[in-house]
Amino acid sequence: MSYQRPNFRHPELPVNALGFRKRDYEGSLSTLCAGCGHDSIGGALIQACFELNIEPHRLAKLSGIGCSSKTPAYFLGNSHGFNSVHGRMPSVATGANLANKDLLYLGVSGDGDTASIGVGQFVHLIRRNLNITYIVMNNGCYGLTKGQDSATADKGSKSKAGSVNAFQNIDLPGLAIELGAGFVARSFSGDKLQLIPLIKAALAHPGFALIDVISPCVTFNNNVGSTKSYDYVRQHVDATSTVDFIPPANEITTQYDSGDSVQLKMHDGSILALRKIQQGWDPTVKDAAVKALHQSYADNEILTGLIYINEDQQDLHRLLNTCDTPFNKLTEIDLVPDPAILKEINDSLR
Amino acid sequence: MQTHPVINDFVIRFANVNGTGSASANNMFAKAIFRMGIPVTPKNIFPSNIQGLPTWYEVRVSEKFYLGRREGVDIMVCINPQSMKADIASLPAGAYFIYDNTKPLHKDLIREDIHYIGIPLTEITVREYSDPRQRLLFKNIIYVGAMSALINLEMEVLKQIIAEQFAGKEKLIAPNHHALELGSQYVKEHYDCPLRFRLERRDLLKDKILFEGNAACALGAIFGGASVAAWYPITPSTSVVDAFSDYAEQYRTDEETGQKKYAIVQAEDELSAIGMVIGAMWNGARAFTATSGPGLSLMQEFLGLAYFAEVPAVLIDVQRAGPSTGMPTRTQQSDITLAAYASHGDTKQVLVIPSTPRECFDMTQNAFDLADQLQTPVIVMSDLDLGMNDHISDPLECNSSGFKRGKVLTASDLEQMERFGRYLDADGDGICYRTIPGTHPTRGMYFTRGSSRDEYAIYTEDGAAYKRNMDRLAKKWETIKSYVPRPEFYQAHLEHEYGIIFFGTTVYSALEAKDKLALAGINVDAMRIRSFPFNQEVEDFIRSHHKVFVIEQNRDGQMRSLLINELELPPTQLIKVINYDGLPITSHQIEMQILKHLDKLPQAASSAAKSKTLTDSF
Repeated sequence: MSYQRPNFRHPELPVNALGFRKRDYEGSLSTLCAGCGHDSIGGALIQACFELNIEPHRLAKLSGIGCSSKTPAYFLGNSHGFNSVHGRMPSVATGANLANKDLLYLGVSGDGDTASIGVGQFVHLIRRNLNITYIVMNNGCYGLTKGQDSATADKGSKSKAGSVNAFQNIDLPGLAIELGAGFVARSFSGDKLQLIPLIKAALAHPGFALIDVISPCVTFNNNVGSTKSYDYVRQHVDATSTVDFIPPANEITTQYDSGDSVQLKMHDGSILALRKIQQGWDPTVKDAAVKALHQSYADNEILTGLIYINEDQQDLHRLLNTCDTPFNKLTEIDLVPDPAILKEINDSLR
Repeated sequence: MQTHPVINDFVIRFANVNGTGSASANNMFAKAIFRMGIPVTPKNIFPSNIQGLPTWYEVRVSEKFYLGRREGVDIMVCINPQSMKADIASLPAGAYFIYDNTKPLHKDLIREDIHYIGIPLTEITVREYSDPRQRLLFKNIIYVGAMSALINLEMEVLKQIIAEQFAGKEKLIAPNHHALELGSQYVKEHYDCPLRFRLERRDLLKDKILFEGNAACALGAIFGGASVAAWYPITPSTSVVDAFSDYAEQYRTDEETGQKKYAIVQAEDELSAIGMVIGAMWNGARAFTATSGPGLSLMQEFLGLAYFAEVPAVLIDVQRAGPSTGMPTRTQQSDITLAAYASHGDTKQVLVIPSTPRECFDMTQNAFDLADQLQTPVIVMSDLDLGMNDHISDPLECNSSGFKRGKVLTASDLEQMERFGRYLDADGDGICYRTIPGTHPTRGMYFTRGSSRDEYAIYTEDGAAYKRNMDRLAKKWETIKSYVPRPEFYQAHLEHEYGIIFFGTTVYSALEAKDKLALAGINVDAMRIRSFPFNQEVEDFIRSHHKVFVIEQNRDGQMRSLLINELELPPTQLIKVINYDGLPITSHQIEMQILKHLDKLPQAASSAAKSKTLTDSF
């Protein structure tokens, strides 16, 4: 069951630049297990959209099937949502995006939905560079069917029942970089300070943006020996850098030491400020990003933060050279040729 | 042997090698007959192959407008030595066999009861042309030129077609005209022309056109306002999207900026293709996909989602011979059950079934209105025969009075509303109001899902709420019956004991069989089904006949089963009349199966039927 959240809120809650309160970005009450990492990610999404002054109806959220894919009901309640079929959200999102290029698209998926049943659609979504923020709530297991390993479970990770995963994991950020994704990040549901600016930057990125969020399953994969438990992740997290996202209109107030920071100007004028940058890593150099990922695996660490960014890629609409007006605003006048052409066509068929 | 002339009523088959440029020569041949005002129906019988295997092009000429396939080839034009032996063996007595006699025929290939017309095609091309590619291509034009003299195909008409075909490349016109003359001259000098089977100009076609169904569907999608086409290549539907691409390039592209008012996405598979269509139509654009049986199988889960979540979608299914890979280049009507009940759970899908290119155009155009109005997928059930062969058709006309977008709420509608309920049956017809994302900042949002929900789109596992929704969908199904195309009838009043039912491309042979049966003293009423769900008229037609023959092109009588199941009819009332060998059903097959059922097979046919099957072996 879903429960509608009570409507009452304190009248003096802060509003954003558009006059929306944070509650305007909330959804119905979550039905996930208490302590589920997914709810923290939902909270980060609410905070990011509130701070970014997104008009709720200008965003559409789409998901597949699984615990993760249920969550769009629990945030952004004033945005249209589409809970589609297992592993096929990318195609529905592609169609939706083609119909209206002016909305923001948020894809929400899980590790089963993305790395197993939906890996084909995930791969081709990246290949087409659809303008979408794609969040994987990655807990390494299937929650709704009671804890089976997923394809992102690390080799050697132990399940709650005690079995050890014998199979190589699919590394989603590595795969995405290899496929040419222009924005690849990883984060941890327990690290909102990192996750919120990453979500903002992903939404600002004019193409496919992946955030692989390690989000422990408290019920089925939070045991000793699991590499996706809260304890394990906290102990092994290693950030590429800290991330600050500064929207275009905002004044940059923080000063950074030039030697220790990079400011990346995004296409929409936003600034991504990275500090405490890891040695040997450069988010704009593909080889360096891949190398940093591989090093982290060798070191048994979970690399988080922005991993790779490349904004000089054309999204699907540009690749197809579609018109400026969203397709769903085109009318008969725009779409239907003069019926007189049928006479010409008929004549050509005689 | 019979010698009296046969005017405008015969079958010619060209036996070619796939990939040798014969298609355009053969098309020219059929088009020239069409331009002489004589009804003609060409059919490609082609292999699943790019180059090298035998391919046939069969043209039936019938001034009585019998445009289904007919057994028995009267003139075989054999350009392919690979299939020569079988081609000769297939001919009935009295037929003509036209071949390349540059080398003499082996004596085993000589039959006493057929006529041989040898034309030294290779010798002529070697003499006339030095380039091997030209020899190959002009050989095709030379045999068409020979046919001109042999069957009175007007040379001026052929020359005109060539002139039009090479407009802009005028240098090629004279050599092609020359090749036509080479063929014509040779046969005039060596044979008595014309042959017994010959053409005579008529004026029977008026404003009719010669068009293929797939291109007509594509044009219907253009006029229906489709802006997104998502697809995965599959024979025989590929040319739907190819044609859409050509038309869209022409009519939907800004000449100055090159910007397109359409997007075509070649998806990674059919699941993705239908997913994109559903996403686009959910978001207020019009979208379609085109596929065939294997693709439709893959789309099942998504079709169930669209049915249950009530998202419009348009799908063009160009049917081919299944199951599995089956015969990818042969025709069938064997996706009826799969399409009608696509997906798990209690699902039913709306089907529209065109018979002609004009109907392909109209029904595809209309499918977008239906999908939007009914908020459910609409499947256009074409087939390979209709889709990939030219058919004589009424000209295309646009009768649309603007897009019918159905119950879509605007921002101001939402302002005036107390509370929006996505699945609330406000009008009592089972069709609810929907909103498009981005319409209003604070109103009209809902969550689309394939899981159960209440009238306000809130997730629920309450059995009563689930059942209310399923019952409303059943009510909507009743409403749909008044929206979908009505059947076509072929008599003013129902007066006979027996009826025949057919649909799609089966119409051509069914109507011919009806006439033949009448000559045999058996009169039947006829009805062509054009949609599913079945309208009341379909039921009334069946109930007013003692027995009804259901004519279709699949093994199991899928339409018959659907009728029995949906209308709760006694199975013995509906008799299966079928062909499923991958070629279009013939009137002879229909006639014989009906006569057999009525125990009225003529003596000769009856004994013949015992010794071999009724289906013509090809």
